[in-house]
This record gives sequence, structure tokens and C-alpha cells, in this order.
Amino acid sequence: MIRTLKAASALAFAAAFLASAAHAQTIKIGINEPLTGAFAASGTYVVNGAKIAADEINAKGGVLGKKIELVIEDNKSNPTEAAAVAEKLITRDKTPVLLGAWGSSLTLAVMPKLTEYETPMVVETSSASKITTSGNPYVFRISPPSFVEAAAFKTIVDKLSLKKVDFLVINNDWGRGTAEDFGKMMKEKGINIGLTETMDQNAQDMSAQLAKIKATDSETVIITAAVDQLTLIFKQAAALGFKKRIITTGGSQNPDQIIAQAGAAANDTLHLTTFLPWMPDKTPNPEATNYFISEWKKRGFDFAGCTESFRGYDGIRTIAAAIEKAGKAEPAAIKDALWTIDVKGLNGDIVFKKSGPAGSESGQSFPNVYLVEIADGKVVMKDL
Amino acid sequence: MDQLFQHLVNMLVLGGTYALLGIGLTLIFGIMNVVNFTHGILYTFGAYMMFIAVHQLGLNFFVALPVAIVAGWLLGAVIEIVLLRPLRGADIDTTMLVMIGAWIAMQSGALWIWGGVAKSVDTPFPDAPLVIGPVSVSWLRLFVLCAAALLIVLAYALINLTTLGKAMRATFQDADTAALMGVNVCLVYTSTFAIGSSLAAAAGALLGPVYVVFPQMGDLAAVKAFAIVILGGLGNITGAVIGGFILALAEELGAGYVSSGYRDAMGFLIIIAVLIFKPTGLFARAERVG
Repeated sequence: MIRTLKAASALAFAAAFLASAAHAQTIKIGINEPLTGAFAASGTYVVNGAKIAADEINAKGGVLGKKIELVIEDNKSNPTEAAAVAEKLITRDKTPVLLGAWGSSLTLAVMPKLTEYETPMVVETSSASKITTSGNPYVFRISPPSFVEAAAFKTIVDKLSLKKVDFLVINNDWGRGTAEDFGKMMKEKGINIGLTETMDQNAQDMSAQLAKIKATDSETVIITAAVDQLTLIFKQAAALGFKKRIITTGGSQNPDQIIAQAGAAANDTLHLTTFLPWMPDKTPNPEATNYFISEWKKRGFDFAGCTESFRGYDGIRTIAAAIEKAGKAEPAAIKDALWTIDVKGLNGDIVFKKSGPAGSESGQSFPNVYLVEIADGKVVMKDL
Repeated sequence: MDQLFQHLVNMLVLGGTYALLGIGLTLIFGIMNVVNFTHGILYTFGAYMMFIAVHQLGLNFFVALPVAIVAGWLLGAVIEIVLLRPLRGADIDTTMLVMIGAWIAMQSGALWIWGGVAKSVDTPFPDAPLVIGPVSVSWLRLFVLCAAALLIVLAYALINLTTLGKAMRATFQDADTAALMGVNVCLVYTSTFAIGSSLAAAAGALLGPVYVVFPQMGDLAAVKAFAIVILGGLGNITGAVIGGFILALAEELGAGYVSSGYRDAMGFLIIIAVLIFKPTGLFARAERVG
């Protein structure tokens, strides 16, 4: 028995060794995304977007003469798992660079691992400000932090004539960070802040929070959550006869999915998004956007996912550009190269600027932010 | 004051489904003494059956509901025959491990078949809510409350008024004696597990359309079901119903007047208190002596 076990393990070891040798001809990129759990829908979209970019790059001959290979792992929407996945990708798969980890709490959990193994990561979705202000030099973020969203929204608030707002946010780094940054900006603008209510990321019934907000004297509520929870909120708000104006933030709203699932309850809601797949001609890079959308549709994916998947697409293109520039697929070289790239992203140029304490700055790119409205079941630019 | 009425209405609607979840589990956990980790996935299964019946088979909403419940009943019977029957007489830990395995396998199966993206189920109810004074409630949720109440009454009648119910109670008091009296013990075990499962599936089929349907939807529901069963006392149907409403009340008032961030913690604070001061549950059955 013991002998067979030994033989089997030796065989398994040999197989694993051969497999890794066979893959040495590719350049690996680690992907750390939530494919199950509360953020499964969004994480899956990002991965599908990343695959489109990888296929596009490989069809053109790859990077440094080698094909890129995505090593995709599921962080289960759980920060502990996200850190474990990062460790596995770096130590076992030897990926010299990562893409991840969707949620702010997930990304924050991964960050100490990046420092420990000196491996850079491109952050594609997370928006908590502290990701790029806490002095982690291995983080390069292409999504807008909530203070950038708040700053973009600052130019709009006068036209919306906000007087008093409440917040309903997901109870994690993303939601609480948004409430803080938006609250600060609004106070500067002389807008009153009422309640700040939170909800668990797994919660399905927000009626109690909505009933509480319904009873206040504010006219607007700012909501931060991912698409699945937003759909529930709109349905439950409609059931409560909720009349306040709803504005969502965070760029993970997938307005089309909201329209499909919440129906009329989604009408007249406003959404701060970071991509405009509905009007490719208004994006900074129409040609690339059209290519991406047509490829997305060709693969039979749901159009609703575009607002999320473009991040994976841009993330992989950013990483590929850095590897090309570095001239070798090694963590330190890729990290240095990330500072020098200029990629035409689907939502503006991806150029990293220094953010955070001097000496250990993180990279932050500044994409565009748009305000769209759902009107009669369609997504339109909000006329201001 | 208006807000309080709204919270109380929300509590009624939520409590009805909690009660349904609780009685399904109290039958299996409380009476059969099986720590049923598949309860949550049966809830999820009921919701997916509802989705399939309405969207893929094109059935009417009200026809789809019994279809989903029967599907849950069948799946429960299969689980009992395949997994639990060979383990009869095994200790509680072994059974628990098998049920944890079944839960993980079934949840991954759901993810594999239907994917991680949430699905929503169309209903024939109007979008506009029913408004009475300051209180507003959706027609769908009112229907869910009525359907839950009906199912609770049916389950109660089944256990207390029918021969099967009498056989169930006899079997779980003393299986050997019941067998000597001519009760088909095997059938009783399967029926009990199937009935408990069908109630979980019913809760999922009713709540799937209210919320959205996704593979992990049952996890939180299962935790709450265990909480309700502990609160109401093991095996106590009336206790599970009242426990369901108490949990809903604690969550609504906790979120409304204390802190919404601790909404899901409120129920568990009550359970800790119950376990400290009245460990057999608020409505424990009188224990049989000897």
C-alpha cells in the first residue's frame, strides 16, 4: 500500500514537473477574481474580458515572442481566500504579475502578499481610496478610486440641485470608503448628509434599511453595491413606495442587468459608471470599444456584462504592454515598466501617476467617469 | 410611528418565510436528529426549479410553485435513500460529515449547471405595491405570506392529525417499538426527510421570485433556519413558527432603530441569550422520561 502511494506520488510529481516544463514557453499572468459567492457575476465578466484580451494579443503573436497564459483562480468573494489565491499564484504557478481582485476588501487582503513576494498587481475594479494611499508600491490601479468618482460627481451636483442626501452602502471597505469620500465632497458643497445605512454583502433583504431611509427628509439616496444587490434594492424600494432619487456609484451596476431584472423599478435611477458600451462613439477610444463589444457579442456573452468585463480587457492589455516594455517576464522588471507605459484603454489613456506616501507610492491611472440614467427601460446619458 | 408600522409589516412578510424554513429543518434536525446541512441547498434547489418551470418550461407561476415543491420532495427522498439510509445507526458526526459533503457537492453542481450569475423569476403580480396609509407592501410578498401560512397549517395538520404523522412521532420516540407495532420505519424516515426538504424547497420557490436566484442563496437561509430551530426548541413546529417571527422582528427593529450594519447579528444575539438562559429553546417539548 505504502509502496503504491509512493509510486503514485512520484508519478504525480513527475507529471506536474513535465506540465510546468511544457508551459515554460508561455508567459503566465495570474488572475485573482471572485467566480463564486456574492460577486460571482461581476468577477466572471472580468475574467471573460481578460480572455478576450489574451486571445487578441496571442493572435498577434503574443508578447516577447511567447503566448500569454492566464492562470485563473477563484477567490470566492472572500478576503481570506483572495490572499491564499495570491500566494498560490505567485509561489506555485510562478506568475510574475497579477490581475485582481475585484472588491476593495479582497484587494486589500491581497496587498500584504504582494509586498511579501515583491510581485506587482494591476487592480482593475476596486475603488476604496486607501488601496493606493497606504504606501504599497506593488499596486497599480486602473479603476477610479472613490475620491476620483466623488471629484467627477462634484461638477454635476449643482445641476442636480441636491439638498440633503442619505447613503445606503455595502458594509465593506468599498461601501464605507465611498460614503466617506462622497460625504466629504458634499459637505464642501454645502449639501447636508443624513443617514448612512449599511448592508452586509450577502444580505438579500434591505427593506428595513429602505423603510428607515424612506422616512427621512432627504430627497436623494446614494447607493453603493454590486449589481445583484442593487436589483434587489430597486425591487424592494418600489415595493415600499420609495420616492427619493436614487444615484448609484462604483461602476459595478451593469445597468442592463438592472433593467432586465428590476424592470420598471429601475426607471429614473442615475448611475455613475466608468464605461459607455451603449454609445461607443462617445468613449475615448471608439475603435477599440467597438472591437471589444463585437468580440464580446461574438462569444455569446450577455451585453450587460460589458460595463464590468472591459476592466479585465484593459487590465490584461496593460500588463502585456508592461511585459513587452520590460523585455522579460520578471516581477521587478514588470513593476518598473508599469510606470512607463501609455495604453489606449477603453475608458481613457492608462498612465500611472504616483499616489500615496513618498518613497513607496502606488500607481493610479485616472479614467473617465460618466453619469447615465435609466429612462423607460433604456440607458441614456444624463442631460445636464 | 409610520416607520414602525412599515417595520412590523416587513416583519410579518419576512417571518412567514423564516417560519417555513424553520419547520422544514426542525422536522429533520429536531425529530430525525440529522444535522441537515443540505437544507440551504434544497432551498436554492426550490428557487431554481421555480426559475426553470417559469422560464424554460413556460409554466404558469401558480402551477410552477407546486412543481418546485414536488421536485424538492423528490430530491429529499433521493438524498435520504442514497445517503442517509446506509448510515442509519451511524453516529451523528459521521452523518454530519456526509451531509456537509452533499451540501458542497450540490452547491458546486448548481454553479456548474446554472453559473454564478443571479437569475430573476417573473411573477404575475403588479409592480405597484399595495398602499394602506403609511404602509406599503408588494402584492408578491403578500402572496408569499399567505402561501407560507397555508403551508405551515398543512405541515402542522400532517404531523398532528394524520396516521403518517402519528407514525412519524412514534418512530422518532422509539424506532424499535414502532417497528414492532407494524410501522414501516424505513418509509417513515424517507417521508420525514422528503417533507422537510419539500418545505425548504417551498421557501426557496416562494422567495426566489422575491429576491434573485443564485447558487449561494441558501447559505444565509440555512444559518437562519438553524437559528430558528434552536430558538424554537428542537422538533417543535409551533416553536419554529414563533421563532421565525421573533428572528424577523429582531432583524427589522435592530436594523431600523439600532444599526443596519448589525442586522444579521441581531438574530444571533437573541440565540446566544436563549442558549445561556433557556438552552432547550423557548418552547421546548417536555422530555420523555425513561
